[in-house]
This record gives sequence, C-alpha cells and structure tokens, in this order.
Amino acid sequence: MTSARTSVAAAEMNTHTGSRRDWIVAYLFLLPFLAVYLVFLVYPLFSGFWISLHDWELVGNFREYIGFQNYRDLWADVLFWKTIRNTALFASITVPCMTALALALALAVRRPGRLYAVLRGVFFASSVFSVSVVTLVWRMVLDGDRGLLANLFRSVGIRPIGFLGEPFWAMPSLAVATLWWGVGLPMALFIAALNQIPQDIYEAAELDFASRWKVLRRITLPGIKRTFVLVLVLQIVLQFQMFGQAQLMTKGGPADQTRTIVQYIYDTGFRDWQIGYASAMAVVLFVLMFSISMVQLWLGSKED
Amino acid sequence: MATATSDRKSAFTVSNALAAVVVVVAVLWLMPVVWVLAMSFKPNSELMRSTAGFLPIPFTLDNYAGLLSLSATPNWLFNSLIVAVSMTLLTLALASTAGYAFARLEFPGRRILFVFVLAGLMVPEQAVFIPLHALFSSWGYHNTHTALIVPRLAVPMGVFLMTQFFRAVPRDIEEAAELDNAGRLTIFRKIMLPLSYPALTTLGLFTFLYAWNDFLWPLVSATDKEMYTITVGLASIQGNFAETEGLGSVMAAAVFASAPVVLLYLVFQKYIVSGVSMGSSK
Repeated sequence: MTSARTSVAAAEMNTHTGSRRDWIVAYLFLLPFLAVYLVFLVYPLFSGFWISLHDWELVGNFREYIGFQNYRDLWADVLFWKTIRNTALFASITVPCMTALALALALAVRRPGRLYAVLRGVFFASSVFSVSVVTLVWRMVLDGDRGLLANLFRSVGIRPIGFLGEPFWAMPSLAVATLWWGVGLPMALFIAALNQIPQDIYEAAELDFASRWKVLRRITLPGIKRTFVLVLVLQIVLQFQMFGQAQLMTKGGPADQTRTIVQYIYDTGFRDWQIGYASAMAVVLFVLMFSISMVQLWLGSKED
Repeated sequence: MATATSDRKSAFTVSNALAAVVVVVAVLWLMPVVWVLAMSFKPNSELMRSTAGFLPIPFTLDNYAGLLSLSATPNWLFNSLIVAVSMTLLTLALASTAGYAFARLEFPGRRILFVFVLAGLMVPEQAVFIPLHALFSSWGYHNTHTALIVPRLAVPMGVFLMTQFFRAVPRDIEEAAELDNAGRLTIFRKIMLPLSYPALTTLGLFTFLYAWNDFLWPLVSATDKEMYTITVGLASIQGNFAETEGLGSVMAAAVFASAPVVLLYLVFQKYIVSGVSMGSSK
C-alpha cells in the first residue's frame, strides 16, 4: 500500500520535473495519426464543402465559383428528392427489420453450448463477405431465369418472378440481401448487452414464477435499452449510406425506383463528372447523418 | 412441487422447439452460399442447361483453373492482399501509439485533441470521398496501392479502441518501469504493446476485413483494370447472369474473393464476434 503510494508520488514528481520533455514525447506518439487524420479526413471534409460551392468538373481544370447555386439546384432537383425518398423507404424497411431480427437471433442463440456457438457463427458469417460477393449471391438467388428461387418456383409449378426487375419487388429484394449481409453485427452487440444483465435478477424472477413474456418485457428489454438505441442509430446511419447493393443489383432501376442518395452522388460525380454538384449532395447527406449521431449522443448523455 | 416440474418440462420443450426453428433458419441462411459454391465447381455447359442442385455434379475444377491462368483475378487478389495487409499493419501502428498517448501521457490540449479525433467517427466515408478523389488527382496518385491504403488510415475507430484499452491497464505496471528510468518508447514497446495483443488482434482483424471489403473508394480511385481490388474486380464482372456463358467462372471468382476473409473468420471467430462490442460496452 505504502509502496504504491510512494510510487504514485514519484510518478507525479517525474511528470512535474520533466514535463516539457514529456510533452514532446507525447506529441511524437500522436504525430503519425494526427498527420494522417488532418490530411485525409479533416481537410477533405472542409474542402468538400468548398468544392460544393463551385461548378467543378472531375477531369480537366474547369472550376468556377458559383456560391450556393448547387444547393439551390438540388432543392429543385426532382431526382434528388426521389433518391431521398427511396433511401428513406429503404431505411424504413431495413432498420426496424434488422433490429428486430438481430434481437430475436440474439435471444435465440445467446445460450451456452456448442450448438449455439455454431449458430452464432453462422448468422455472423455472412457479414464477412464483401458487398460484391453479397450482391452476386443475391442476384443469383433472385434471378428470374436461373435463380435459386426461380428453380424452386418452377419445381412447385409457379411462374418464376424476376424480383430485381419488378417495381414492386426490387426494393424489398435489396432489403432482404441487406438483412442477410448485415444482421451479424447488431446481433453480436445485443448478445454482449444481454450477457451483461446480472444473472441474479433472472433467478429472482424465476422464484416469482414470472412468465417468459413478462421476464422479457420487464427485465431483458429494459436491460439492453442503451444498446437498442445504439443499434438503431448505427443502422439508420449505415442504411442511409446504402450504395453497393443498389449499384450492383438493380443499377438503381427499374425506373429509378431503387436509386439511393449515395448512388446518385456517385453517378453525378463519376459518370457525369459534376463533382461540384455531387459534393453539395454529399454535404447534405453528411449534415443529415451528423444530426442523427448527435441525437444519439444527446440521448446517451441524458441517461447518464 | 408438481407445478414447478411441469413448468420446467414445458420450458424445456419450448427451448427445444425454438432450437429446432433456429437450426432450420440457419440452414436456410447458408443455402445461397452452398448453392453458389456448388456452381463454382460445375462445368459452364451444365450451368447453361440448369443451375438447380446443391451438389457439384458433374464436378470440375476448370472454372478455378481458368481464372488463375487466363484472367485478371490473380492480379486483383494480389492488390487486395497488399492493400489489406499494409492497411492493417499501419493502422495498428498509428492507433496504438496515438491511443497510448491519449490514455497515459500528460500533455496540454489532451482532452480537446481527443474530442477532436472522436468527432471524426461521425464523418462517413461518403462525405469525404469526392474531395479525397480531387486531392489524389491533384497529386497524380490514383491507380496506386498508396492511394488505396493511406486515406483509410485516418479512420479514428482504432485510436478510440486502443485508448479505451490502454486506460484499463493498471497503472502500477508502468510505474515500476518508470522508477527504473525506462524511456517512454521502451515502456510502450516492452510493456504496453505485449499487454495489448488481444486488443491489437481484434483491431487488426476488423481492419483487414474492412480493407478487403472496401468498395466505394477503390471503385473511384483504382480505375485501371490492372489496379482493381478483388472486391471491385468482382463487381466489374457481374454482367447479365441470364445470358453469361461463364457463370461458373463468375462464381469461382466470388469464392476467391471470399476465401481469405472466410478463413480468417473461421480461425479467429471468437475475437471477431466478441470484438464487435469492444467499443460499445465501456
């Protein structure tokens, strides 16, 4: 005890005497990351806003300062509003479904034992694939001619559907592929949160002969409230940035039904070369996402 | 007594029924992957006739052999490997040094700098990929491995995780070394780094997965076919399935694209699944 106290005192003396030198050492430890952070994250964030105030072309040197004209154009851009609606629709399907599915799977597979470890492994496994593998797999599954579901439909005598080409089915199809791809992460978050609920509360409930439903509602769900909010916010932010699935599975079609914000940004910038206009959209998306994250921080601080 | 036993019995059967349902869902979950895997081992002529069936009958390795000898796939795999390994090692280096400074060193402006770095967590990739593209264009640095690696080192998640980790290490371990007048770098290298192997492993695995699966940035930066990563390359060959005659080869390319990450996952599953909550629970 005393030795610990003296060593703390010694350490404090150390920091006081050699402080200037310690600062330099500390900054040297920080320097590599901070340099990369400033150049490749902070600077681009501001220069993105700067680019959005220009008529700026991807190739060549054409750039002209036009103030907020890009933002005024955006306001009047019917396709931009459509992509916002599409993205919001996609998020409003995937976020609740993903959260519910992740929670249901977490409750089902959190138990001890080999079988459940394998099951956890299976449901998480699809998250390690890249977006192009996921879209390849699901394009094959949903293909109206040679797809897995088409084969199944034919074998029971139903006419196969080309899901990705149908206006009604295209968006739900992207949502299903996204659920399959992404459920592992929120599931693992829920499992970790569930495991932190003290076991003795459950034991007390068992002594009271509380029903399963009551235990779930009164103990389990309140116990994971913070994780629930975290998962919701992470999912909203993630799903609003959806790009690869629409780009590779439907190309935004049919008739722009599945075109998302990020896909429109990509097309505007790298197909039409208008990176000034594309940057204005990116800024709008960023402000949107940033506000959602702030809401989470605010909710989190209110609870503590 | 009687009610208690019957309760337990009914709970037991409910659990069993639930387990059965989950097992069925898990089998369905894997079905698409098994089917794609099977197709990658079937001759293209057979796939033109029918894609049905979960077993590779008739069996062939032609799709894989063809990809390795005739296509750009080995090139893409090589690019992905270089990018993912470099990004992982560099991220570990930057995150552990910065994390150590934030957790354990005293210097003016520590708190403000930490908040400044954490704020970066709220900046999505989509907000910076256009200006980054303009930056690398002005340097004439697109279509290089460097361009694929360096921008990704600015993600602050690793710094955040390592700071959290180093904060949890008991102080007296370091203090003993301080009394011996060991330098900061020695303490960091000889004491803190070895202690943080589990955290570094988790961070490394996630960085590798992130790098391997990265899509948007490589899509806009590496536009020469030679410089594609496997993720972008695979996206580029997803033509029209209904008509393609080389369906088996496309499936084999997907298997190549997934093999490294699936292998990592199988070996390090524990680190990955439990690592997900590393940043959230503390």
